Amino acid sequence: MNEIREDAAAPAPRAGRGGVDWHDPVLKARLAIRKRRERRLRLFGLLAVVFAFAMLGILVASLVRTGAPAFTQTHVTLRVHLDPKRIPPDNINRGNYRAVIKQAVLALFPEVKNRRKQREIVKIVSKGAPWILRDMVAANPDLVGRTITVDLPVSDPFDQLYKGLIDRSTPEAHRRLKDEAISRFDSLVARGLVRAKFNTYLFTNPDSRFPEIAGLGGAIMGSFYALLTCFVLSFPIGIAAAIWLEEFAPRNRLTDFVEININNLAAVPSVVFGLLGLAVFLGWFDLPRSAPFVGGMVLALMTLPTIIIATRTALKAVPPSIREAALGLGASRQQVVFDHVLPLAMPGILTGTIIGLAQALGETAPLLLIGMNAFITAIPDSPFAAATALPTQIYIWADSPERGFVSRTSAAILVLLGFLVLMNAVAIWLRQRTERRW
Amino acid sequence: MQDNAATEAKTADTATGGSGAARARVTLGAAGRETERPVKIAARNVNVWYGDTHAIKDVSIDILDKTVTAFIGPSGCGKSTFLRCFNRMNDTIETARVKGEIRLDGEDIYAPEQDPVLLRARVGMVFQKPNPFPKSIYDNVAYGPRIHGLARNRAELDEIVETSLRRAALWDEVKDRLDDMGTGLSGGQQQRLCIARAIATSPEVLLMDEPASALDPIATAQIEELIYELREQYSVVIVTHSMQQAARVSEKTAFFHLGELVEFGDTGQIFTNPRDPRTESYITGRIG
Repeated sequence: MNEIREDAAAPAPRAGRGGVDWHDPVLKARLAIRKRRERRLRLFGLLAVVFAFAMLGILVASLVRTGAPAFTQTHVTLRVHLDPKRIPPDNINRGNYRAVIKQAVLALFPEVKNRRKQREIVKIVSKGAPWILRDMVAANPDLVGRTITVDLPVSDPFDQLYKGLIDRSTPEAHRRLKDEAISRFDSLVARGLVRAKFNTYLFTNPDSRFPEIAGLGGAIMGSFYALLTCFVLSFPIGIAAAIWLEEFAPRNRLTDFVEININNLAAVPSVVFGLLGLAVFLGWFDLPRSAPFVGGMVLALMTLPTIIIATRTALKAVPPSIREAALGLGASRQQVVFDHVLPLAMPGILTGTIIGLAQALGETAPLLLIGMNAFITAIPDSPFAAATALPTQIYIWADSPERGFVSRTSAAILVLLGFLVLMNAVAIWLRQRTERRW
Repeated sequence: MQDNAATEAKTADTATGGSGAARARVTLGAAGRETERPVKIAARNVNVWYGDTHAIKDVSIDILDKTVTAFIGPSGCGKSTFLRCFNRMNDTIETARVKGEIRLDGEDIYAPEQDPVLLRARVGMVFQKPNPFPKSIYDNVAYGPRIHGLARNRAELDEIVETSLRRAALWDEVKDRLDDMGTGLSGGQQQRLCIARAIATSPEVLLMDEPASALDPIATAQIEELIYELREQYSVVIVTHSMQQAARVSEKTAFFHLGELVEFGDTGQIFTNPRDPRTESYITGRIG
């Protein structure tokens, strides 16, 4: 048997006069080799899939592990007296909310009289808290003069401490929080004044210097405006170009050249498009810096080839018999395309477009070059206002030294991935909805 | 439609003006009926090239009105290509070039002022594979009248749809489900739907490119019966692989071989008494 196996590559037994001997051991050995090869191929394929999933699992798991703390924010409950002397009812926005909060915090530690220590105590509450209080009062001016119980975010170091991200066994000299500050905070915890709440700031607030009140609100809106611009530009232009190339263009050197270059364009590194945007949109046309509109235009340049290629593939996949049927009835070329071919190609076009937009959503380099990585603390109210986008916000946060931004970076990545998954789900849903069977 | 006498005179004129054995045989038919019917399509010296391939070589033929004409011949002989000249479907193939003259009721359909879009409404076509649009049965039939504006209102359109489906012998099967997808019908029904769709624009000529080749025998029989009835109103030209089918449904038969029109005459004569040895070889199964 062994001998046969080694010799299995030898030619099959010659057919004699009676034909092939299908029971010849050489044939059987060959069959065994073929089967073994197939098993090996299947195994490799399975391993590749397992490997890919494992990597994805590791990525998501590590993101969730680092990012999870960012989805909660530690708050301290304060009884704040909104003194009309400090907050003039006729000018709520100019009130001294800092002083009001300071008073409330110090009231928790009446035994501390030392000014320096008092300053330390006030640091427990986030420096962004006065604005939160101001917004609250602005929304409800009747609060002035009353004493309210309010949950305000604690500052980043104490947030980290409460979440257990600071190692208490580290020597005091190597720690940002001194033993005294920790024991004071612990006493607040013991009094039941500290609790973690779901971090809505992460989704509603714009960027901030203080991680505890920094959010993705501005980045999400920036990305939304950029994608909107990108879609409005690239979808009609891409489809029009694809229809012309696929249905109307003559086959000649020029259209071949155009086709090759569209395919090449799809492979151009995104940073090059960013440079183009910087030189042309900002340099020549003097469009505003950091504007999602400009970002959207640059992303549209990148998305166009994807949409054109996807649309052409979808148009090609429409059976020629449908075109012939319509032409045979006396439909014009335009009617053939719009009445029959385009509706049938729609599922493919939409899927391609959404995949192109999803790519654009994750694109960072071109946005960096047109200044969408600026520190912007307002949510953009139009596509022309300065803004960041999700990927550039991740880039900014990843670069920030504050501890709180570590988990927030991961959380932002999770948010971005969430949007990508959502977009792909929409693509699948649209595909199934618009698909017609025959 | 237009002055019939003048049209007839004109087509008769072209018929006698040209040369070519094929045309002469039109009047050779034994029965007197054929000669009474006017020539609907007169093709003279038609040549078609696909790139460098000479697909149709100098073909001249007269297609009579209200007659079923069958084109037979081995695969690749050019019969479908020639058929597609009649409604200028070859225009849609970029490499195809057509030379020669084809007159529909005396009008040169390849004249520069002729619009292929209108021509195709006048010369309907049914394809080899049933190709209903993935729309409702109603919309399939209504599409042609809609794009050409043949109905003034919904009631008229309904009427056109019903008449067309009745003529295509499909009405009784689908009248209760006009909103169902045309693609959900059986193969034979789909092909009859395509015929209904083609006759909804009231064409004068109906071209059929192997209309039954993708169907089972029962559906084929239904289609053949339908073709036989359609000749009352239309001039039907059918390309077929099946000689039995040609014998069953057609009154005139043209035999093509290697891009040439070998023989054209009454169906009975072609099948019982072919003049050309090539026709005989094909009919007896020696080539093809």
